[in-house]
Amino acid sequence: MSGNEAVARGAWEAGVTVASSYPGTPATEILEAFAGYPGVYAEWAPNEKVAFEVAMGASLAGARSLVSMKHVGLNVAADPLMTSSYIGVRGGFVIVVSDDVGMSSSQNGQDTRYFARFAKVPLLEPSDSQEAKAFVGEALRLSEEMDTPVIVRLTTRISHVRGLVSLGERATPPFLGFSKEPAKYVILPAHARKKHPKVLQRIKDLGRLADASPLNVTEWGDREIGIIASGPAYVYAREAFSDASFLKLGFSFPLAEGRIREFASKVKRLWIVEELEGLVEADVLAMGIRVDSVGKLPRIGELTPQRVRAALDGVGESAPESASPPDVELMPFPRPPTLCAGCPHMGVFYTLGKMRDLVITGDIGCYTLGVGSPWNATHTCVCMGASLGNALGIDKAYRLAGKEQKVVAMIGDSTFLHSGMTGLLDIVYNGGDVTVFILDNRTVGMTGGQEHPGTGVTLQEEKTKAVDFVALCKALGVEHVQVVDPYKLPEVYRAVKEALAYQGPSVIITDRPCILIEEFHRTQPYLVMDELCNGCGACLKTGCPAIQVIRREVVRLPNGRDKELSYVTIDPAGCNGCELCVQTCGPKAIVPGGSTSRAVAPSGPQS
Amino acid sequence: MTRNREKREGTDPLAARTLNVLLAGIGGQGVLTASQLLAEAAVRAGYDVKKSEVHGMAQRGGVVTSHVRIGRRVYSPIISSGEVDLLVAFEEAEALRWRSEVRSGGILMVNCLQVAPPVVNLGLFKYPDDPLTNLRTFNGSFVPVEASALAVQAGSPRLAGTILMGAASAVLPLVVDDWEAAIRARFTKAEVADLNLKAFHQGRECALSSAIRQSVNQAIGL
Repeated sequence: MSGNEAVARGAWEAGVTVASSYPGTPATEILEAFAGYPGVYAEWAPNEKVAFEVAMGASLAGARSLVSMKHVGLNVAADPLMTSSYIGVRGGFVIVVSDDVGMSSSQNGQDTRYFARFAKVPLLEPSDSQEAKAFVGEALRLSEEMDTPVIVRLTTRISHVRGLVSLGERATPPFLGFSKEPAKYVILPAHARKKHPKVLQRIKDLGRLADASPLNVTEWGDREIGIIASGPAYVYAREAFSDASFLKLGFSFPLAEGRIREFASKVKRLWIVEELEGLVEADVLAMGIRVDSVGKLPRIGELTPQRVRAALDGVGESAPESASPPDVELMPFPRPPTLCAGCPHMGVFYTLGKMRDLVITGDIGCYTLGVGSPWNATHTCVCMGASLGNALGIDKAYRLAGKEQKVVAMIGDSTFLHSGMTGLLDIVYNGGDVTVFILDNRTVGMTGGQEHPGTGVTLQEEKTKAVDFVALCKALGVEHVQVVDPYKLPEVYRAVKEALAYQGPSVIITDRPCILIEEFHRTQPYLVMDELCNGCGACLKTGCPAIQVIRREVVRLPNGRDKELSYVTIDPAGCNGCELCVQTCGPKAIVPGGSTSRAVAPSGPQS
Repeated sequence: MTRNREKREGTDPLAARTLNVLLAGIGGQGVLTASQLLAEAAVRAGYDVKKSEVHGMAQRGGVVTSHVRIGRRVYSPIISSGEVDLLVAFEEAEALRWRSEVRSGGILMVNCLQVAPPVVNLGLFKYPDDPLTNLRTFNGSFVPVEASALAVQAGSPRLAGTILMGAASAVLPLVVDDWEAAIRARFTKAEVADLNLKAFHQGRECALSSAIRQSVNQAIGL
């Protein structure tokens, strides 16, 4: 069971009935797994702030509830988090956050443990799937006992690591119902001022609970070296120094000060191993305890047993001998993520990439890949929804400087509903001259195809109302709205030209589904008539991964310059029949076909 | 599940060490499905198993890796650099990319297949001339497998991962029963399971019949 599935199981066993989330790697599968259990309500919210508020609402109603998200999602939900700390809970309320340590699929490497300190709420850190399941139940009990939301912090290597998990039965805590207590639930300044000292007292009381908590475990080994490790870092340290003594912090904020003092007094050297920031280290140093590992551990990227060993034991065992040391010359080309063959984003990138004088603000999703070759059609990417505000700011700055600059914002359907709508409202309200592309592929693509308010289906597979993007944009005040088929290049080109010529906010919506979802229907693959291909390479400019170069030739042009020709073929197993390349082919060498059975790998990722 | 382990008590090659398997390929090739079969077979053999994966952006047509660690008690889910016992590369250039992770004397298994990404087709980078020749110089056991070609013959390029796991089974201390049970558990449709079982045995025979097997067994000390 993966850590994410274990969290879902733990929530179900602990009697959670309401859970909400917005998809985000590495946390997406928590809610997908939870939605499959009987007797629960699980939903995708439009964004993490709403998800947080829904789960908090269920807690206020007296039910046990869960909200899950990736680390940057908690930035979006930070507003309700900070105040939910003051208000507390009625039913147990757990916030599960997974940090993408090493940034395999994220824009920054922030450490969620800061948020626990910021909001003054307790934080638990499991180190494997079994603990992930158990800690959710512990978090809910702690939440109810101490009247506080509780954060369970995972990392990629907890969320996406599979390990053995023993299962239990579902508990059925009583449903308490809402209780009208304005002094608790209506956070007027007068109420907040009374709550503040209680929050400070609560964190002290929680420290005492941490001291007694069975989630903090002391393992005595050789007392020469004592290692304090929190959560996921424990497994690396445990493997790197199997003989050492360990204080494993599962309940890692507030710190179990008594346990730490006792442990430190009984070991000769004290090391602290944690991934990302040195937070436990700073707190232990503040206790006046000597720490012998200060400044030694990397603060970037993931730890491994080897990195821990190298950092802390400079004179000890060295890295094992590899069979072949990395050979820089033989190191192959990079293989960055690509769009899938037939991806509806390609036609838009192809068109925009040819208009060199545009500034194109991008957003979070598969379409961030528009930054790459051959398109170079994305010039910024910050966070969910930022493309719109960024575009307006660029437009205003240029106009104020008296210079002409056309600005295009590019955002996906789900990201637009997450936090793009307010940006578009600002463009309309303040008269921005911006063209907005809403790349509606009817799914949350990058995280593997989740439903959202625009798809007409809920997480628990019920039919529901689907957002009408045209009506929505018009309601926000956009008068120039076009819908285009992104597979038809002339149509896309005309729409862009028209929108750019229009003075004021304009929106272009694409209407083809992601090729990885059921709504997409693969059509007949195309093939290249080798005798007709002139090697011009125009089709390669679409960026389609199903088009492969089979041979290259250099020819001398009449003007004396050399030109490299690239003759191509189409991988029939990869081609989805979108016809984009057909429209770029001068000699009409690309024709329907594709019954050939060449030994090839599929060109796009599977779901 | 523990029954199997008890049966082998005393002769268990993993009694005192953890087996490190790295699978590397391209998004869409079935790397994660293959690693799931391996992990499932090891669980059925009574071992502790940790398997890590890469999801999200990194998966989109880019490099995909999965670490599988098998032993009596496994702590770290990731394999330290240079400690891989068996690398299963789903593509030749990926074998070049990841081979420095393999320990001296380890096994490098590679699917004989070349897939050029768009950056190569666009002429921005060059595909290495002959990866297999380079890989032969590897200081350990080198096992090329025609998994993709066999998979196409068997009806679908998607079977390559199962064929590779069949080949891997020839050098791993797991019994065929556990592998077969893992395949049936993963592919619940009978006809798909049958196709995969056939593919698994094809891959296994490839590796068993190859003369390399002896040297492989000596190399890994199993």
